[in-house]
Amino acid sequence: MDSQLIDWVLAAAQGLLFIAAAPLLAGWLQRVKCHLQNRGAPSVWQPYRNLSKLMGKRMVLAENASWLFRATPYIVFGATLLAAAVVPLVAVHLPTAAIADMIVLVAFFALARFFTALAGLDIGTAFGGMGASREMMVGALAEPAMLMAVFTLSMTANTTNLSVATEYLLHAGLVLRPSFLFALLALAMVAVAESSRVPVDNPATHLELTMLHEAMILEYGGRHLALIEWASQIKLMIYSVFIVDLYFPLGIATDFSAASLAIGVVAVTAKLMLLAVLLVVWETVLAKMRLFRVPQFLGFAFMLSLLGMLTHVVLETGI
Amino acid sequence: MSATIGTPLLLAYGAAVCTLLSGAVSLLAVRRHPDFLHFGSFLFLFCSGAGSIGAGGWTLLANLTVTDRFQLGLPWLDWHLRIDPLSGFFLVLLGTLVVAISLYGPSYTREFGRGKAAQPLPPLGVFTALFVLGMQMMLVADDALVFMIFWEMMSLCGYFLVVYQHQHAANRHAAFLYLLLAHVGALVILLSFGVLAAFGGGLTFDQMRAAKLSPLWATIAFGCAFAGFGTKSGMVPLHVWLPDAHPVAPSHISALMSGAMIKMGIYGIVRLSYDLIGNVRWEWGMVVLIVGTASSLLGVLYALMQHDLKRLLAYHSIENIGIILMGLGLSMIFIGSGHKMLGTLGLVAALYHTINHALFKGLLFLGAGAVLYRTHARDLDQMGGLIHRMPITAFLFLVGCVAISALPPFNGFVSEWLTFQTALQGPALKDGLLRTMIPIAAAMLALTGALAAACFVKAFGIAFLGQPRTRRVARAREVPVGMLAGMGLLALLCLLLGVLPTTMIEAMAPITQLLVHDALPSATAQGWLWLTPISPQVASYSAPFVLVAIILVFGLGRLILKRGAEPTRRADAWDCGFGHLTQRMQYTSTAFSQPIRRVFRGVWKVEEHIETLADAGSIPRVTSLHYSVHTHDWAWLKGYLPIGRTVLAAANRIGFIQTGNIHTYLKFSFVTLLTFLWIVS
Repeated sequence: MDSQLIDWVLAAAQGLLFIAAAPLLAGWLQRVKCHLQNRGAPSVWQPYRNLSKLMGKRMVLAENASWLFRATPYIVFGATLLAAAVVPLVAVHLPTAAIADMIVLVAFFALARFFTALAGLDIGTAFGGMGASREMMVGALAEPAMLMAVFTLSMTANTTNLSVATEYLLHAGLVLRPSFLFALLALAMVAVAESSRVPVDNPATHLELTMLHEAMILEYGGRHLALIEWASQIKLMIYSVFIVDLYFPLGIATDFSAASLAIGVVAVTAKLMLLAVLLVVWETVLAKMRLFRVPQFLGFAFMLSLLGMLTHVVLETGI
Repeated sequence: MSATIGTPLLLAYGAAVCTLLSGAVSLLAVRRHPDFLHFGSFLFLFCSGAGSIGAGGWTLLANLTVTDRFQLGLPWLDWHLRIDPLSGFFLVLLGTLVVAISLYGPSYTREFGRGKAAQPLPPLGVFTALFVLGMQMMLVADDALVFMIFWEMMSLCGYFLVVYQHQHAANRHAAFLYLLLAHVGALVILLSFGVLAAFGGGLTFDQMRAAKLSPLWATIAFGCAFAGFGTKSGMVPLHVWLPDAHPVAPSHISALMSGAMIKMGIYGIVRLSYDLIGNVRWEWGMVVLIVGTASSLLGVLYALMQHDLKRLLAYHSIENIGIILMGLGLSMIFIGSGHKMLGTLGLVAALYHTINHALFKGLLFLGAGAVLYRTHARDLDQMGGLIHRMPITAFLFLVGCVAISALPPFNGFVSEWLTFQTALQGPALKDGLLRTMIPIAAAMLALTGALAAACFVKAFGIAFLGQPRTRRVARAREVPVGMLAGMGLLALLCLLLGVLPTTMIEAMAPITQLLVHDALPSATAQGWLWLTPISPQVASYSAPFVLVAIILVFGLGRLILKRGAEPTRRADAWDCGFGHLTQRMQYTSTAFSQPIRRVFRGVWKVEEHIETLADAGSIPRVTSLHYSVHTHDWAWLKGYLPIGRTVLAAANRIGFIQTGNIHTYLKFSFVTLLTFLWIVS
């Protein structure tokens, strides 16, 4: 009973670490990007300052805003928080991972997207509708690709529990599986699309032709906006951790001793920093796509993940 | 009647009697005290629904099988009745919907008797009662005769309910199509029973169970049953009647049709293939899986293109039947390949989705009816902003939307999750083709789920959010409390079945015991909090946790963030500095689905017209612009129309024998008689 309690406390601590560290990842990303583009870089703590500034602002709501508009930020944040709680960040053996498996994780994102899109439609502006319509199109194509990539993993590990799967992959060692390569590529493409990054979306713009996610939340301000921004930072972090921990699980703690936890923290930090650099390079060399190129991009991701799945089914059984 | 009959069956009879009384009271409603008797009719309907729930719930929880026989009609043909966990489950489903509509109905139907287009209410009440009676008795039938009698009763009364507002030509057309396909379906079902009866030597289900069928005949029987019951369920490509018929019926009837009637097709498929034919084969599962996948994907894609709210919901019924069939298909594949436990899982997923769909689709149709009741609008592009005018209806409709979009913590998610978990066990199979097909089906299920979410963002967002698009919508009021109660009951059940899946699966164990002789002990082994279909190591989901966490974040977040904050100010929305926003600047439902229409073009036949009128001045200036877009169903254009034309052409060909002269017809009769005599002798 005692060790179970410790497990839960540690899992909760890990979840808190997750949400606390998410803005830091965003700050680091911004900083690297500025350096790469020869601009002056803000401090890595800038996202925290932005959030606290937004939290302290007086709320202004549009005349037509309903209760749904006010509830959405909390639902989005809650769903993202739950998603963060089940992804192993520093250590496996998470008791919280049993609350929701990979499929539920994807469904949490879908829940957040559903409500964000509704909030976009709530005010009745053209921007909101446009954002909602586009986001649901992107989501409808990204979600199956994501699920397929996840299924490839879970068929290999014969589990959809993230903690157990990570552990399995850690013990399996470095076996080169073609299906994993396909799934990894697909997952990376989906992650880019889902966390509103170039070339699918550009979080740094407010131009009507290019907005997807930003168009939906255009009417938000103050603490509502802070929650939504924070949630999208957590989402980016979840996708990053998902990729680094499932495909490169090296260094993740398998027990709760101080030493292995410390190693886990260092390992995941290093991996995330490296992944962020890769993402920045990708964002810097690529231009944003036209909206109707996005389905091709995501269709490609879907095909890749399906190929990965079929490769697994046809070639890799019994391994 | 036999000396002792079990209480559940007695309850079922009671429910049937109440249904009959409800119909009878409706008939009396013409004369005196119309309001009082009108109310009484729904009161009896309520009792009937409660009786069904009681009868079904009792059999299910106590794991009983009770039989009875009547001597009725022909002397050598007794009526056999039986209630077992499977029919109990469907009785609960039916009863819940009947209770919901009996709460909803009194206020809703009164609208039909008012105004210029006033309709007599008695036919509605009578046919509703007979329709429900048909379903109730069909579920307890234990021989093919009783089954078909009540099956036909359900189908025929459905026709009269669809055609209730017969002034509109579209309704008559829809009803005719429904009747036609219902009868084609019934004929095929009869063929299936024919095969079973021929081998079993009798019409009772017991004799059919005992029949020894060769694999070929078993497959023929299954094929006929699947096609026949599938027509009633609206599976692709036999779905064309459904999107026409469901929207034009009164909304509480739409709820009953989409929620219960099409489930009777599922009941038929399960009853015949698992119980009567037995020895499920994986080849059948493959067919069911393919049909299910096609239905779910095409259903949701067609739904996305609709702007009539009820039609949109009707297409979603096709999608959900597809998901149920996918679960059944997976179950048959696993059972046919010897994986009983996984087959059980698939069956549980399918049945779970069956009841889930009944609940949320019933709720959504009642919600659409509530909007119709207050605004007289079915077209999404005439609604908007109803969340301000009808807040409770909006909330309940939102619950339905979240549930049908398979989002946690509601019920639709649980059954889709279970279907995914079944599909993920695909590698357990030996056959390479199956192992490849199942992941593709899972991918299509994922796509379906995501598209359904897009569709319900559209449905809820365009209808309830934004600004009102017409004056009538802007003046709408909340509906009466009875209607809210009907919807509220279903919404509550949507949440309960989403949060307590473990309890529900435990309650469903007798069904799988009966059909596959297996249960899912592992699913419930970890207590009510954790759903672990195969083992805790493989997959787990804790819905209560999710619900509590979201509520906690909501409560704590508001508490912390709002503390000490300045009061919220209201201001104009951002209009780019161009003056005021009008309701015409909002996205319409057509605009909302345009990106998806473009991505999946080819699935529909899209006719897009843009008419521009321009001034013939020195600088051409557009004075008016008219845009219209129509999407058509390929199945209708390429499948049904050619068949219809061929039949018509053939009828014209042989039309010459119809001279209209009595002598000719007598001659025909004489020749026929002679031919038969010659054949017999």
